[in-house]
Amino acid sequence: MVHDRTLGSRMFDIVNYTLLAIIAMITILPFIHVVGGSFTTSAELAARKFVLIPTDWSLDAYRFIFSTDTIFRALGVSILVTAGGTLFSMLLTSLMAYGLSRRNLPFRSTMMFVVIFTMLFNGGMIPTFLIVQYTGLLDSLLALVIPVSINVFNMIILKSFFQNLPEGLEESAKIDGCNDIGIFSRIVIPLSMPAIATISLFYAVTYWNTYLHAILYLNDADKWPVQVLLRQIVVLATGMNYDSAEFGDTPPPDQTVKMAVIVVATIPVLMVYPFLQKHFAKGALLGSIKG
Amino acid sequence: MNDKAVENMYVSKSNRRSETFREIKKNRLIYLMILPGMLYFIIYKYFPMYGLIIAFQDYKPYLGMTGSPWVGFEHFERLFTDPMFWSIFKNTLILFGMNLLIFFPIPIILSLMLNEVRITKFKRTVQTLVYIPHFMSWVIIVSIGYVMLTMDGGVINELLVYFGFEKINFLLNDSWFRPMYILQVIWREMGWGTIIYLAAMSAIDPQMYEAARMDGASRMRQMWHITLPSIRTVIVVLVILKIGDVLELGFEHVYLLLNAMNRNVAEIFDTYVYTVGLRQGQFSYSTAVGFFKSFIGLILVMGANWLSKKAGEEGIY
Repeated sequence: MVHDRTLGSRMFDIVNYTLLAIIAMITILPFIHVVGGSFTTSAELAARKFVLIPTDWSLDAYRFIFSTDTIFRALGVSILVTAGGTLFSMLLTSLMAYGLSRRNLPFRSTMMFVVIFTMLFNGGMIPTFLIVQYTGLLDSLLALVIPVSINVFNMIILKSFFQNLPEGLEESAKIDGCNDIGIFSRIVIPLSMPAIATISLFYAVTYWNTYLHAILYLNDADKWPVQVLLRQIVVLATGMNYDSAEFGDTPPPDQTVKMAVIVVATIPVLMVYPFLQKHFAKGALLGSIKG
Repeated sequence: MNDKAVENMYVSKSNRRSETFREIKKNRLIYLMILPGMLYFIIYKYFPMYGLIIAFQDYKPYLGMTGSPWVGFEHFERLFTDPMFWSIFKNTLILFGMNLLIFFPIPIILSLMLNEVRITKFKRTVQTLVYIPHFMSWVIIVSIGYVMLTMDGGVINELLVYFGFEKINFLLNDSWFRPMYILQVIWREMGWGTIIYLAAMSAIDPQMYEAARMDGASRMRQMWHITLPSIRTVIVVLVILKIGDVLELGFEHVYLLLNAMNRNVAEIFDTYVYTVGLRQGQFSYSTAVGFFKSFIGLILVMGANWLSKKAGEEGIY
């Protein structure tokens, strides 16, 4: 492409690049501040105000939050829900997506309508709560998974991906005597690993971030995932400090402790982020929604 | 029409029917694969829709959805006369309006800016950074906001003092709730919102830009006359989808920011349903509130869709 080399165009570039750099910085600074703050002492945080990179490194905040099993229990719950939930969701989503990707399937469009309609209208919080109660999931970790097992967007993305696989493959497998389940597990899945991996990561992030369903369906504090604990500690400033039975006479959580809990709840997502980013940045996934 | 033709018609019709039947039989494993997903949608999406009938009942847990007495529109009458109603209605609409008028254009502007970047590495880096907050839960976003805005050593207040201003109690102040809400929405979703626009922009024919340059169009003019019109359809579709979300505006986010001091501006339909329904156990009344909200949402989507079709755009269905 021929580049525009006029003065106006260069000015435009300078302003544009500068603004974008500032926007990116502002987006990311709060995270750096929180991570930096969690690794410093309360004294330094109070004295230096805007800590980005601590000078006085300290692990006190982490020592404090890991001194009881409250956070270990919450992390355990989150890990369990994330792993189990992702597996379960992927199983249901990919089976359904594959079925609905078959072009000549009778009632396919009716079934698609049934699925898509749920994006436009739903029963709302209370009726859903009652159904969760009727199906016996209240106060069980299953309530964080089963009532949200399929995300319509994720299902449609996978369905478009399956639809774009060459049809000839399936036909030749059929001639070789493979049934539909065999085609799905031995041909479609191995060919779709990039899409499967990406959608799994999307589910995993959603399950890790689960909060709403935990406060709706779980009364038992022992079953709270890490997000609920985070809110207790930071937003309500209860949980840890008011729970004197567990923390004795320790002072209320100060800024560094709150920051450390935020970091613990954030790290897993940041760890998978590069993998996620690799796929969606190409725009391939979301672009395919239209298909 | 002679007899022969009629007979032919019958044959072909029954043939077609048996063909469909044969297709279904041939695909029985496929239906089996769809079944678990279908069951999920029926049980956890459609049963709750059926459950909306309790909005017209006096729901008693021991009587269940089928046994509770019918009360007609009693709960809706109560809703419209509830002194809280107009305040919630107003709060919901204001947050929705802020989403549509303040937040919605931002990803468009950001993607226009990103689209002009020629250095791929720079573009990638900016994208990578601005997408991050989207993957954080609202709890994390609100918590980070909280530690930065709190009066006890939050960095923003410390800086205010440093520059000689008074401390501001952002978190417990009703006039700061809305700015705080929309800033957090922008922070979390601004980057993510660009993806779909950038994808649409990448499909624009580069020859159009070259032709415009030949004619001496500046970069701003190219953006205005080529890039923006090319993504118009995408914008329209996203506006409609956004309107559908209206009343779906993140219960989580608002609930996390909500406290006794800002309740008068922060209480929206969803938080009200939660408080009245699950905390106070008024299942029927809160279902009526939720139903009213969903109903308004559906009407708004259909209205927006109708408008966009009227204006010659595609619409979403």
